[in-house]
Parts: sequence; structure tokens; C-alpha cells
Amino acid sequence: MHIADQISQYLLSGLSTGAIYALIGVGFAIIHNSTGIINFAQGEFVMLGGMLTLFFLTALKLPLLVSIILAIAVATLVGIAFERLAIRPMKNASPISLVIITIGGSILIRGIAMLIWGKDTHALPTFSGNDPIQLGEATILPQHLWIFAVTVIVIICSKLYFNYTISGKAMRACAYNSRAAGLVGIDVRRMVLFSFAISAAMGSMAGIIIAPLTMTSYDVGIMLGLKGFCAAIIGGMSSGLGTVFGGIILGVLESLGAGLLSSGYKDAIAFIILLIILLVRPQGLFKKGDTERV
Amino acid sequence: MLKRATFILTFVVSLAILAGSALAAPPIKIGGLFAVTGPASFLGEPERNTAQMVVSEINASGGIKGRKLELIVYDTQGDATKAVQAANRLIKDDKVSAIIGPSTTGDTMAVIPVAEKAQIPLISCAAGSKITDPVKKWVFKTAQNDGLAVAKIYENLKRKKIAKVAILTVSDGFGSSGREQLKAQAAAHGMQIVSDDTYGPKDTDMTAQLTKIRGSGAQAVICWGTNPGPAVIARNAKQLGLKLPLYMSHGVSSKKFIELAGDASEGIVLPSGRVIVADLLPNSDRQKKSLIAFVKDYQKHYNAEGDHFGGHAWDALMLLKGAIERGSDNPAAIRNQLERTRNFAGIGGVFTYSPNDHAGLAKDAFVLVEIRKRDFALVK
Repeated sequence: MHIADQISQYLLSGLSTGAIYALIGVGFAIIHNSTGIINFAQGEFVMLGGMLTLFFLTALKLPLLVSIILAIAVATLVGIAFERLAIRPMKNASPISLVIITIGGSILIRGIAMLIWGKDTHALPTFSGNDPIQLGEATILPQHLWIFAVTVIVIICSKLYFNYTISGKAMRACAYNSRAAGLVGIDVRRMVLFSFAISAAMGSMAGIIIAPLTMTSYDVGIMLGLKGFCAAIIGGMSSGLGTVFGGIILGVLESLGAGLLSSGYKDAIAFIILLIILLVRPQGLFKKGDTERV
Repeated sequence: MLKRATFILTFVVSLAILAGSALAAPPIKIGGLFAVTGPASFLGEPERNTAQMVVSEINASGGIKGRKLELIVYDTQGDATKAVQAANRLIKDDKVSAIIGPSTTGDTMAVIPVAEKAQIPLISCAAGSKITDPVKKWVFKTAQNDGLAVAKIYENLKRKKIAKVAILTVSDGFGSSGREQLKAQAAAHGMQIVSDDTYGPKDTDMTAQLTKIRGSGAQAVICWGTNPGPAVIARNAKQLGLKLPLYMSHGVSSKKFIELAGDASEGIVLPSGRVIVADLLPNSDRQKKSLIAFVKDYQKHYNAEGDHFGGHAWDALMLLKGAIERGSDNPAAIRNQLERTRNFAGIGGVFTYSPNDHAGLAKDAFVLVEIRKRDFALVK
């Protein structure tokens, strides 16, 4: 097998894992952009998506589509409850304490999931079969196409939402200056609640479409959450294309690194990139110049 | 008046306690250290369950020499510091006669100095060969050495006239121990490792490594890991249309792996303890009786299939029972009798300990199985 064929497979594999990272990263970005905090429980929403779908599918014997819709709904409710119970009561808390609260929340959610569903890993059925699709010398699975499609749709929707709807614009206003936003009549607390609901829904959706490939268990959220966080950082916490490119860069570099260098350094590559970007371009790769928030 | 009442009460109570202890001999205390929670809980949970099951059964049938067993279990959470604390507690506060566990090699290595110093026999349920190599006076183990599994795979490859292999191991304790053994034994079996790759325990896509392997000229792939990684690898191999024979380790020898890998599991060959193929064994097999008893019991108590990991605890307790029956519950006597165990047919294999061998198993502790139509079949 020629090196060129190998590289085409590395790129394709990287692209498909990158899309997963991107989808999770966008969830981080949305909450960050409306509240200024990093929600480290984002990975747990990803886990909830997969585990809830599995629960509805196997324990309640519901059809796949119904299970998916229910799972997203329940995960969204968890996101809302999380904001109401853990974030909102902390009036005037500094962002750093809120970030720590989200870490605590993630441990709690993970623990509850472990108690309810146990520690086993489970596989979800794929949405449209297991027959690989040949692209030149490289192959992907139909499930990857689902991931690409959902990522694209989510990015387009969030772009439209944040730029063209009143509540989207209001959410952005809260990010720039929540006091000023409050003064012009925006209900800041409501916007924060919205952002948690949206990113919980998005995270759970990511968890559902990747579960047939990556499998799911109570603790999948940790690593996927971290990788999504990396993607969001590389993309400068943008809820649009920046994070998508961040995820894809991360995925492709991991895959090329594992294939061409050594697989032992795969995660190291990801986190070295993260460190370099935080040091050299803390505003992300794609943000122009100095965008210090006023 | 009050004083006299207190005195009488104290007298009566102490009399009652004395009488009670005179009627029933004190129980023999056995400590258990298992990683019931945390990343190694897939080992610790069945081990604890099995230990509790065996103890309650021994007690129900009258105990050992008329004395009941008392099992005191602490959760190490797969954390060496907690394991050492718990071991100290078992020895100093609970005053146990012997300890079963810990579940992982890391925990065991940390606990060994504690047991050696206190001179309490320790029967580890972890697989790492360094636990009993070199031999430590008070330390025994029941899990099969990884090296035995490696030898089993290499022998099969040799029979198929395959000499170039690619190895893909998980980057945790289990994987690195397997990787060491795979590399160490390659030359002796005439194997050449043409590609040596690893993956992270939480990785979700291994197509990059497999693509590299496809370009390396390997004739077979050996993957060393525990669920879910190997299931992802099996699926990735199918996705890439990789035609090479795929070998797995005994780390995935349970129905769970087949469930996770689905159709991609077809044709995969792996070394395994005999538990999962207990029904398929010929009646002449020495372990068959123990195996069937264990599987049935576990099914009855926990409504789940008994696995190897539970089997390690089963073996440890039964070895201990044998040692106490032949000697006494004194730690030194238990140790001496353990060392004299000969041909005990347990779950993990047929144990024969000696002063030079505290692992007690030979290569035949493993059988090779192939996954056919979502079930295990013996490879002749």
C-alpha cells in the first residue's frame, strides 16, 4: 500500500474524528459566549445523549428515532436543571468559581449515571448499516456521513440563530457586557439558561450520533469533553466555523501523528498544540487581533 | 443503689459475651482488597461478588473445621495509596489471617511490602508476572501470567506459518505488560514484530494505527487491551477491509466483547481461561467440575455470567480453604500449606505451588478460542 493511499486514509479518519470534536467544541463555545465560563460538564451531556438513547432503546424498547428525541429532551432538561440548581444560585460568583462548580457538576452527573446504568460499555446500533464506503483508497462508514451532516447542520443553524434572531443577538450581547445587556432590557439570566439548554441539546446530539462508532459508557464524557474543549480553544471559542476548523485540525493532526510518527504520542500531540495556542495565540487561530472584551 | 445495678448489669453482659464466645469458636477473618469502583472495577466487582458468594457458601455448609469465615472487604478504587492504607487496616485493626487481592498489578506491588513485613499471606488476583517473579515469601497469585497467553498466540501463528506480526497495545498497565511479553518472546518463537503501535484506553478511532499496520507488511495483527478499545479496533479493521487475521488478548474474553464488536468479531482468535467455554470442554478436563460449579453459582447469586475475574477470587478463597483445612488459621501455617498446594483444579487452571513458584500455573491454563457466529468455539 502506497504512502499516498495511507495518507488519504489518515486524512479521512482525522476528518471524521475532527467533526466529532468540533460538534462537542461548539457546545463549549455557546456557553462561553453567553456566560463567559467554560462548562466542563459539557462532556457529560455527550455521555447522557448516548446512554439515554441506549436506555430508551433497550430498557423501554422504543424505536430508535423516538429514543433519540427523548434522549435529547431529557439531556436538555438536565442542562436546564444544572443551570437552575448549580449556576444561578451563585449570584455574583466569579467565573473561576463557576468553572469549578461545573467540574463538580460533571463528577456528580457521571456518578449518578454510573449508579443508574452501571459501569459497562455499550454499543448503539448504527443508523444506516455497517458497510464501509470506498473513497479512492480510503474508507469511511455510513455513520461518519451522519456525523458530517449533523455537524454541518448544527453549525449552519447556530450561525443563523446567533446572527439573525433576536434571542441569538441578545445572547451575544450578554457575552460582551451582561450589565449593559441588562440595561437595554435583555433578561440576562434567561439567556444563560437558554445557552445551557442549547449546549446540552447539542452535546447530547453529538453523543448520540457518535455512540454507534465509539460506544458509550458512563465515563466517555471525560476524554471527549477535553478534546472538544481543545477544538474550541483552537477555534478561539467561536460557535461557528472557527471551532469546526479547530476540531478538524486536531483530528487530522492526531491521525497523522499516530500514523506517521508514533501512536504513543497521539494525545501528546493534541495537548501540545493546545498549549502552544494558549501561549502564542490565546484568542484562537482564527480570531483577528486583539478582541479584548470591554 | 445505682452503682450496684450497673455492676450487676456489667456482670450479666460480660457473662453473656463469655458464654456466647464459648459456644461458637471465633470466626476466621479473611481480608479482601478489591478495586470495586474506579477504572479497574470490571475486575474488582466480580471478584468481590465471588468472594462474598464463596464465603457465604462455605459458612452455610458449616465453615472450615467448624469455624465460620468472616470476610472483610475494602475498596482500593484501583489506587495504590488506598490499597496500602486498607491493607494496614486489615492487618492492624481487623487482624485478618490472610488477604485476598488486590485486583490490579499496581495495587498489588504497593501492598506486597506491607504483607511481607507483617508476615500475612497475600493471594493476589492480578496478572502481572512481576508479582511472583522473583518469588516473595508471603505472596501468591491466582491470575494467569500474561506471558502464558502470549506463548499460546505465538504457537498458533507458528502453526499457520506466519512470522511477521504487528502489535497494537493499549497504553495502560495491562497493555504495556502484554507489549513487553510480546516483544520478549518474539525471537524465541521465530516471530518478527514489523509494527509496534499503541492506543489510548479511551480512544475512539484506531483507523490510523490499522492503516499503518496495513502498510507494514504484517501477516497478522495482535491487539492487547480490555474493553472497549479492542471492540473499536475490530470494527475499524472491518471498516478498512483489513484481511489480516486478528488476535486479541485474554483481556476481552467475555461475551461483552462480542456484544460490543458485533459482526466485526467474527473470526477473531484469542487465548482465554476455560470459564467462557466451560460447556464445550471434554468431560476428561480436570477443571470442568470447578468451572461448572462456579458458573452455576454465580448465575444463581447475581443473575450474571461468572467470568475469569470472579474466578481469580474463587481460586484464591478455595486455595485458602484448602490450606486452612490441612493446617490451621495461623498466618504462617496458611503460608506453608499454600506452598504445598498440588494439582488444585480451579477456575484459572490447575495450580501447583512450590517454594520456587508462587504463580502455580502452566501454559495449559489458557485455551485458544475463535469467535464464530457470535459465540466462542475451541480452536484445536
